[in-house]
Amino acid sequence: MSAFLLRCVLPLLLLAGCSGWQSALDPRADAAQELHGLFWLFTITCGIVWAVVMLVLAGALLRRPAAARPEEERGRAERRSGRVVGGAVAATVLVIAGLTLASFFATRGISADHPEALVVRLRGFQWWWEVTYDDPSPNWVFITANELHLPLGRPVRLELAAADVIHSFWVPNLAGKQDMIPGRDNVLAFTPTQAGTYRAQCAEFCGLQHAHMALQVVVETPEEFGRWRATQVAAAAAPESAEEVAGRAVLEGKACAACHTVRGTAAAGTLGPDLTHVGGRRNIAAGMLPTTRGAMAAWIADPQTIKPGNNMPMVPLSADELQAVSAYLVRLR
Amino acid sequence: MTPAERDLRDAALEATEGAGALERRLERTWRTREGFWGALSTVDHKIIGRRYIVTAFAFLALGGVLAMLMRLQLARPESRFLSADLYNQIFTIHGANMMFLFAVPVAEAMAVYLVPLLVGTRNIAFPRLGAFSYWVYLFGGIMLWVAFILQTGPDVGWFAYVPLSGPQYASGKRADVWAQMITFTEISALAVAVEIVVTVLKQRAPGMSLDRIPIVVWAMLVMAFMIILAMPAVVTGSSVLIMDRLVGTHFFNPAEGGDVLLWQHLFWFFGHPEVYIIFLPSVGMLSTMLPSFVRRPIFGYLALVMSIMAIGVLAFGLWVHHMFTTGLPRLGESFFTASSMAIAVPAGTQIFCWIATIWLGRPVFRVPFLFILAFFFTFVLGGMTGVMVASVPLDTQLHDTYFVVAHFHYVLVGGAVFPLLGAIYYWFPKITGRMMSERIGRWVVGLLFLGFNFTFFPMHILGLQGMPRRIYAYPPELGWGGMNLFVSLCSIALAAGFLLFFVDAVRSARKGPPAGDNPWDASTLEWATTSPPPPYNFARIPVVTSAAPLWDERAALPVASGLSVNRRELLITTMGTATPEVRETSPQNSIWPFWAALATSVMLVWSIFSPWALVWASIPVAITLIGWFWPRGTPEDDA
Repeated sequence: MSAFLLRCVLPLLLLAGCSGWQSALDPRADAAQELHGLFWLFTITCGIVWAVVMLVLAGALLRRPAAARPEEERGRAERRSGRVVGGAVAATVLVIAGLTLASFFATRGISADHPEALVVRLRGFQWWWEVTYDDPSPNWVFITANELHLPLGRPVRLELAAADVIHSFWVPNLAGKQDMIPGRDNVLAFTPTQAGTYRAQCAEFCGLQHAHMALQVVVETPEEFGRWRATQVAAAAAPESAEEVAGRAVLEGKACAACHTVRGTAAAGTLGPDLTHVGGRRNIAAGMLPTTRGAMAAWIADPQTIKPGNNMPMVPLSADELQAVSAYLVRLR
Repeated sequence: MTPAERDLRDAALEATEGAGALERRLERTWRTREGFWGALSTVDHKIIGRRYIVTAFAFLALGGVLAMLMRLQLARPESRFLSADLYNQIFTIHGANMMFLFAVPVAEAMAVYLVPLLVGTRNIAFPRLGAFSYWVYLFGGIMLWVAFILQTGPDVGWFAYVPLSGPQYASGKRADVWAQMITFTEISALAVAVEIVVTVLKQRAPGMSLDRIPIVVWAMLVMAFMIILAMPAVVTGSSVLIMDRLVGTHFFNPAEGGDVLLWQHLFWFFGHPEVYIIFLPSVGMLSTMLPSFVRRPIFGYLALVMSIMAIGVLAFGLWVHHMFTTGLPRLGESFFTASSMAIAVPAGTQIFCWIATIWLGRPVFRVPFLFILAFFFTFVLGGMTGVMVASVPLDTQLHDTYFVVAHFHYVLVGGAVFPLLGAIYYWFPKITGRMMSERIGRWVVGLLFLGFNFTFFPMHILGLQGMPRRIYAYPPELGWGGMNLFVSLCSIALAAGFLLFFVDAVRSARKGPPAGDNPWDASTLEWATTSPPPPYNFARIPVVTSAAPLWDERAALPVASGLSVNRRELLITTMGTATPEVRETSPQNSIWPFWAALATSVMLVWSIFSPWALVWASIPVAITLIGWFWPRGTPEDDA
């Protein structure tokens, strides 16, 4: 029995989990939960209205009125129709008013700003995300990219900004989207209620690689989050093998350092994502590739074929240099 | 006094000159000259309207090809059939083409052709402006497509949000092509709008008081007013954008005190009314076609007219619902939620009146009526999803996803294109004198209806599953592949439906069975003349005594007389009651509108490259305008 369950039900569950990690239909935070309820309220109400209208239309098409009716009777039918239409309009007004109120209360329910909230600053770039964890103590402030970790059950306040063009931050499982607009600051607040990994994607067309601008959101227990934060605050791990030492030399000596920062090394550029702990992130290139040594080498060797038009140039490296720098980067956990 | 100078009126002409003299003389006065130059200089609203319709449908076909390319690309994950660069151009041009070169122009085109016939006059007001408008529209459309072929097609979305379309992030000339394409369309739309307003308000047949105007004419009038009020916002926007790009102003540059949201306000202040500019004419055409197929007058005439006006007004109060995720103040959000929802009330009123009309009548299931039924199914569904996206909180999940793609195709294709195609089947016999095929027409309706719903309904689900709009590729692990493949396959049926429609239209124009004057036994004035109508539309101006003149005056339609036959003359009537006021001359054919449009086009295309174009190219524009308005020495009181 349990074998049967394992074989048949588990794949289904996996499939549901899989298709649900960027879905508004699978809410995993208070805001998304509220919107999910509102969605079904609207969908069911509108579905009923649509079905009723179609039924009445079908009735109108199928009925066979008498060919010739006296004038008087026709006048009566006309007046009756007038009353029915009037009633239908009144019903429309009521339904609309009800739905308007429902959405008003949903907004009020969602956007309660919490004083204890964890504050994270997100900045959209063409085509990646910069993530800054704020803290009253400067020792706990750090910058990462393309991956957002959140502690389960703690309210979070995301401060959204854009570095170049308009982007939009959307992680459907957790909350509705909010635009990132140059020259403006927007805020998104919610409380994750279930641990898991969710996918966010830019929702406002932002140019050539708009399709490849994703971000992973990891919701984990406060303990796991605390451990992760402690790792992130630290400087980059020191290279161990000779290859990794060579890799760091490549990173510092070649064009890489002009755009990327690896804290604890000479690389301190700010145009591209911070790479201090890039090896610990699940993906590279804003969700395009998994963080494996092979993918890292492929990306560095030819970023323009993998993500045409992105702002990372191809830096000519020898085979040994490429090997070394990718070995070093994936070790930066 | 020589016979040519005699004051010839149509009243007693046949008594002095014999039978057929009236038609002969009117024909000579109103006809379009033969040959190439004659074709370029005609101001006959029917010829211009026909060209407008054919051109708009040609752009529809081109836009459809782009849609199929996109579906091919999205059929499987991470497809490399189209590059990101090409895909972005294609979705931008698909949107811009469908909105600016098909949907709005085709509504104007139907108005240019139909309104003068529906109100019983001989030509549209300011017909040279109509000719000018058509040429400007044609040249603007050609410019966009030539730019696309030359790999300079706009790639910033049909909404061209700054800063992405600004000088810093959109190098090259692509965004400028978009901005000037807008200017082209706006000029032509404004020109037509003015013509429609004046024609409807001042040229109605005697007796066609406000409560006897066919609903389609009301809809066209409201559309024209909306164009006049909405278009200036986007003209301002696109001009300011091109100034930012070309002469270094900073309207949209936040670093210099500009504001990027200013663009969105300007664009959507036009962009939302635009949706109703497209939708209302179809509502009107539907309301005017419906009585012919249920054999009774429309139910709730006053309610329908009021609904059209209410939509026209409310449409200006809900542009912000395209900006619900930009971080608005709470009060603003609530206001725009309420106003967006409120538009469901007049829209619902219309639906209820139409259903009551069908309920009280006896339906005749011909092709235009089948399109009306397809409209009901599709549009009401689109209206429901419209209520959903009108809610600010819900919209934060739905905005910029495939849910919205599904929603607006439901309202635009279901709400505007289905009635439009029904209208083509309905008025085709009037325009060409021949019927379209009933048998093929049923296939067209079936293919379009099923193809459309199977193509677009799954997109709602895709959107809820997190698929954003305007992405040229998606990773396989998100599980969108299966449904996207299904959508792409179903779009073939939709394309086949359109193809069959074009085949039927082209074939029927030459080989369709002759239609006769009034093949649907309809009640409105355009069916009171021959199919196709003569250059002068009506040999004698009809006099209207009811809202359904051809049903209530079956024996013989009363007519007015007294217009000159050897000079182009129209009857001007009062706005409210359509009481005859004055005889007014109508302009002769002229080649100058063509030259003026050409000079304007040169100026606009040149201005993509240099701001000095506005200075130097204004000289030829001025010359052509002088030619256009050069006094011909006709005494004023001649009219």
